[in-house]
Amino acid sequence: MHRQAPVDYIQRTKEQYDGMGYASYQWVYNPDPPPFKPLKKPLAQAKLALVASGGVYVSGQIAFHFKDDFSYRQVDTQTATSALRATHFAYDLTDARADPNVVFPIETLKQCDSDGLIGELSNPAYTFMGGIYSARKVRDILAPALADALEKDEVDVALMVPV
Amino acid sequence: MSSARSITAAVNPPRAVYLDYPLGHTTGKPSDPSNQLAIMRDTLAAFEQIDEPGTIIDLDYHWQADDGWKDSVMRPQPGSGDNSTPEHNDTRTERYDTPQYQSEDDAAAADPHCPSCIFLKEG
Repeated sequence: MHRQAPVDYIQRTKEQYDGMGYASYQWVYNPDPPPFKPLKKPLAQAKLALVASGGVYVSGQIAFHFKDDFSYRQVDTQTATSALRATHFAYDLTDARADPNVVFPIETLKQCDSDGLIGELSNPAYTFMGGIYSARKVRDILAPALADALEKDEVDVALMVPV
Repeated sequence: MSSARSITAAVNPPRAVYLDYPLGHTTGKPSDPSNQLAIMRDTLAAFEQIDEPGTIIDLDYHWQADDGWKDSVMRPQPGSGDNSTPEHNDTRTERYDTPQYQSEDDAAAADPHCPSCIFLKEG
């Protein structure tokens, strides 16, 4: 058995881009301490929302496109898992399409709700396709829109699931 | 939740858990509900455990008994043929600007006026 350190995707992306003659990718660095709010109530009483960036949509919805798509989808938490789809240009979708719960843990969270670990699972969940190269569009347009939606839904905590 | 520790450390969210799985499995192994549930229980517990902004908790799960899968991630792969040398390849799909459906059936089923599809205006 041989354990290795976590894959450093920032370093490997740099090596890959250098190897292909691409300019370096501009990662988002937020060096200041992040805003932090203590939970207002125990998690077992809190309303939790799922926000996932793996490109999940529901059959019948418009799929994401791959060029700085900063739209989002409302996903009814009662949607049958068989109606969930995944589309994204930057990761291997095989397992996400076989079992969407690996990037959109909806059945898992319903089980946690049944088990009393959370107070309530907020409906809808929110999804987008996180391969957005414009950090500005995410910071100035998409993130505030999702924050507004979560506030309107009166959620207590948001679980963010990137890929 | 994250399976890219360096990127999450750079973004610096208020609370995070790190799962040491290959990208595309942020919340667990496919068709393994007990694995997914165990990971989620640990994740939810982190909401109440973390009191220092920017903390990343490393979850105690491994993709395989051996971490050999990490060797080839985004690394040059040997080509075919005797004279081929490993080269970096861009394996990402082209960044099309039209909807990329999982199947043609989805494309046919899509509601062009989809009320749950939220398109945001720039600026």
